[in-house]
Amino acid sequence: MSGASPVSRWRGPARLVAKRTGLALVTLVLVSAVIFTISGLLPGDAAQEVLGQGATPEQIAALRHEMGLDRPAVVRYFEWLRGIAIGDPGQSLVANKPVADIISERLPNTLILAGLTTLFSVPIAFLVGIASAVTRGQATDRALNIMTLAMVALPEFLVATIAVLVFSVKLLWLPSITIVPQDPTLGEFLRAYAMPVMVLGVGVIAQLGRMIRAAIIAELDRPYVEMARLKGVSPRRLIFRHVLPNAVGPIVNSMALSLSYLFGGAIIVETIFSYPGLASLMVNAVTSRDMPLLQACAMLFCATYLLLVLIADTVAILANPRLRQG
Amino acid sequence: MNVASIIRGARRLPLSGKIGLALVIFWIIVAVIGPFIAPYPPGSFANEEVFAGSSRQFWLGSDFLGRDVLSRLLSGARFTVGLSVVAVAIAASIGTGFALTAAVGPRWVDELLSRAMDTLISIPSKIFALVLVAAFGSSLVLLTLIIAITYVPGNFRIARSLAVGLARLDYVEVARARGEGRLHLALVEVLPNMIKPLFADIGLRFVFIVLLLSGLSFLGLGLQPPDADLGSLVRENTSGLAEGALAIIAPAAAIASLTVGVNLLIDAATQGKAH
Repeated sequence: MSGASPVSRWRGPARLVAKRTGLALVTLVLVSAVIFTISGLLPGDAAQEVLGQGATPEQIAALRHEMGLDRPAVVRYFEWLRGIAIGDPGQSLVANKPVADIISERLPNTLILAGLTTLFSVPIAFLVGIASAVTRGQATDRALNIMTLAMVALPEFLVATIAVLVFSVKLLWLPSITIVPQDPTLGEFLRAYAMPVMVLGVGVIAQLGRMIRAAIIAELDRPYVEMARLKGVSPRRLIFRHVLPNAVGPIVNSMALSLSYLFGGAIIVETIFSYPGLASLMVNAVTSRDMPLLQACAMLFCATYLLLVLIADTVAILANPRLRQG
Repeated sequence: MNVASIIRGARRLPLSGKIGLALVIFWIIVAVIGPFIAPYPPGSFANEEVFAGSSRQFWLGSDFLGRDVLSRLLSGARFTVGLSVVAVAIAASIGTGFALTAAVGPRWVDELLSRAMDTLISIPSKIFALVLVAAFGSSLVLLTLIIAITYVPGNFRIARSLAVGLARLDYVEVARARGEGRLHLALVEVLPNMIKPLFADIGLRFVFIVLLLSGLSFLGLGLQPPDADLGSLVRENTSGLAEGALAIIAPAAAIASLTVGVNLLIDAATQGKAH
């Protein structure tokens, strides 16, 4: 397509990306319907719940009216969805504060934890993946395979327990709960985050490392690699210049998947280290049955997951010349 | 498949696979006979000292109330293994049942089921389970169902791609032309040929389920007292963390040995098939 103008060359991928974005939005709306149905409609009467067994029917009816529970389910759903969309998911039943305020207090903490874990684990996962792919079938690969296989199956609280025992009980290096001081120095900051990041990183490294290995090996079996080898390309150049660029699609996809693993892992890790993030907030919401807060947290996690997948798809489309033709 | 061929297959496994198999068999036995060989009743305050270390009387020490950790672990393992086996069986039956329906049924059924499952799969599994627990609570039966439902979409996705691939093959077309009904196509022609890869998926999902169940119990949202699975044991004893109590490490390590064992076994068994 040498004659194509720059504009038309990008029209294909742009259309593809727009289509994927639309699809992600539709999925998000469907997800919101599922979450609202499960948590808002099925559990029965929230007014009854709040007032307890001793309440008179009049009191319940009054509270139902006040909470808007006497309106049709579809109307409540769309009002709730509108609230979520404009960033006002209602009032927390327990804290008596707007849900948006509670979440915006916690959100930065979760983003910092997720960001640091990503910075820490992605490079190591690449090392593990590349090292085992190039030594495929040999001792290094087999050892790494067993290690990562075991690491993906470890419960986070075991990793966390061992980390606390080693680093805070025996060695007295690190605090066993994560309190981030105001205006921390770099050292204080790293000390506070070292343990949760390590514990979360174990799962991400293992999972992502395995997927990177698989993506590279799939490329290594292709004829162009054989060709490059016969031409005498050095192994390092082969991996970094020939194989990795071609494996970008699957690798970015696996990154999206293992970053979404972070949410699940964070639920346990934030609780163990008493870290004030979104995941532990959601656990509190479940314990106190604070549905508006729970729904907002769930939607935030789902939206982030869909966004990650969408970004991965977009990168894959832009990186793949065949998809780029649209 | 007879016993001899299973033993031959087990012998051919690499070392990691044998270790995995041994761990899996060990935990199955513990789940079945555990409560009977427990030295003390799991609820009895057998030791005056709390968070005691390992001794001849108390192999795994005592917990935060002075109860015998080994006895509690032996009865907790029954909940962890038993509940997870039931949950994975339910998840796989529903997921694979839907997958077969999608493969042999009319096109719109496939479309509908696939869209629905795609939606559910975009909700991270732990988040989904938390929402379900918040809505329905976690009695023993509900907890099992919630965990099973959480892993239906994943099983469906794998099983559907296997079943749809098989349903397009000539021998199924022949059976269809012969006038066989959809139920026959699904259960006699398609299902037997997807059993082996399906088992690998079911094994992986068992690992996820054990981790999810233990995680929920660890958060206090899973099994409720007086019942206690291995995750609950970890939760109960978190106050012993600062002294490095065996009571917190033992149940956590027990869960890990079960999940790592299953993972090693599946990996070895599926690699063996490749050559």
